[in-house]
Amino acid sequence: MSVIVVPEISARPEPTTRRRRLPVFSLGIIAAFVLVALLAPWVSPADPYEQSLRLRFRPPVWEERGSWAHPLGTDRLGRDLLSRIVWGSRVSLAVGALAVLLASTVGAAVGLMAGYYGGRVDATLMRVTDATLSFPVILLALILAVTVGPSFTNVVIAIAVILWARYARVIRGQVLTLMTLDFIAQARIAGAGAWRIITRHLLPNTLNTLVVLITLQVGYVIIVEASLSFLGAGIPPPTPAWGSMIAEGRDFVTSAWWVSFLPGLAILLVVLAFNLLGDWLRDTLDPKLRQL
Amino acid sequence: MVRFVFFRLLQSLIALAILSVVVFVLARATGDPLHMILPMNASEEDYANARKYLGLDRPYVEQYLSFVGRAATGDFGNSIRARRPVIELLQARLPNSLKLAAFAMGVSLAIAFPLGVMAAVRKGTGVDRAAQIVAILGQSLPTFWVAIVLVEFVAGRLQWLPAGGADGFASYVLPGFTLGWFVVAGMMRLLRSGMLEVLDSEYVKLARLKGVAEGKVIWVHALKNALIPVVTFAGIYFAILVTTAIVVETVFAWPGLGRLAYDGITSRDFPVIQAVVLTTAAIVAGVNLCVDCLYALIDPRIRYSR
Repeated sequence: MSVIVVPEISARPEPTTRRRRLPVFSLGIIAAFVLVALLAPWVSPADPYEQSLRLRFRPPVWEERGSWAHPLGTDRLGRDLLSRIVWGSRVSLAVGALAVLLASTVGAAVGLMAGYYGGRVDATLMRVTDATLSFPVILLALILAVTVGPSFTNVVIAIAVILWARYARVIRGQVLTLMTLDFIAQARIAGAGAWRIITRHLLPNTLNTLVVLITLQVGYVIIVEASLSFLGAGIPPPTPAWGSMIAEGRDFVTSAWWVSFLPGLAILLVVLAFNLLGDWLRDTLDPKLRQL
Repeated sequence: MVRFVFFRLLQSLIALAILSVVVFVLARATGDPLHMILPMNASEEDYANARKYLGLDRPYVEQYLSFVGRAATGDFGNSIRARRPVIELLQARLPNSLKLAAFAMGVSLAIAFPLGVMAAVRKGTGVDRAAQIVAILGQSLPTFWVAIVLVEFVAGRLQWLPAGGADGFASYVLPGFTLGWFVVAGMMRLLRSGMLEVLDSEYVKLARLKGVAEGKVIWVHALKNALIPVVTFAGIYFAILVTTAIVVETVFAWPGLGRLAYDGITSRDFPVIQAVVLTTAAIVAGVNLCVDCLYALIDPRIRYSR
């Protein structure tokens, strides 16, 4: 079914009432988290795996009994929470980047081919796309986790399987509009082959959309990864991942709220930053792309 | 239209068939199920007998067909953990999940509609800004974390509502809102942008010129067409709802399919996972089928485009 109609021509860009400022807030947060993730071994105050039963459930420094030895407190096994959040950012950002990269490559390729060749190729590819789009593919991730066992690679693959269809849909829509324009016809007349037209003429013209979509999806991927880890189908412990940290602290929220709350706050901050940046990029680069 | 429904139905069945193959292959690819069923000291002969008894000595195609045949009649085998037929577990849990999903959908419609429409009508005002904050938070807050915070704060410290279980209306409130929250964000954005576009169109201007009351212009003339993209996405929202429900049910100890799936994962109870996945997929496929037919009914362009 041609379910998703993204009006390419009809939608008008909303008039900009004020000058767009750079989204300093979101860029700052993203930069900070990326830096922390890259420099994890140097910025994390302690070993994220080091356990100490004597130091279990130490509260953050601003609470009574808190100390600077563990600024954000410790968890059930006495591990330093700040260090685990720092190392956890590696997992979240790596899964986010890899899954989105994989999904956008596959999705864009499918979208470009469907839009360029049209006809039967288009119909077949779009059927598959629609089926994927309206299926709760997270269930597939669950099966994978139970049968093959949860792992970093499985999580990335499962999430990419969930996401590629969105790219295919949107890119195909754009290609369809581009194909009616004169410059494609001229390239054809000049003797350009399919490969050249797709890579040199169509792809560059969809890049804006791709960038917007990628930014908007990173946040979503981070949430999906965290949900999978929370359910025990994501990154297996003891690797610090925000989702599994929340799950581990769940039974102790009443006595030690920070163990669950703080990793959640980290997720919220990063995802919020990516979503705000994505919204800004969309409004700036591609106001027509409204439904994403 | 009949042709459309027929092909759409065929497509759903193919998608389900592909999924069942994936499930089947994964189940076989991950080792001999007999290791989980037979005791540690079972002899070679026991294995051979069990293999024959369970039909595992037959060709894969035959095994697959019998697996599909049994699944279609609701026979998913026995749960490894509960030692009961999986179908009994499904029958007990499915109604609870559907009730929760319906409640959550109601909540999100009740919030998304007024907010989305008003945000478009009063573009740039406080309402609009509030709506945008709701939307961006809805997409940025991890559902399971919200759930945990609500359980601790509203149910635990304030003692206003029950923290879990499914008895009485009060127990629906927290999981329902948590589940509906995520859907509100997307739906509201769609409505807002749809309304903005429609409100700018010629026919709305004409209606206004004719002197139609503003309320009627907005809620009848404009909303009707702004709804099309929302209906389009309804299937996807349902899929999202189902996915989110797994997490929400887990935190709120809601006795539904999601919770069953979670327990299945933690105890590596493959028959249960398999049954939950196939059932959910079938339900989602059914809902999508209905949505698409509805869509084709509303918007004739879809019907004739293929």
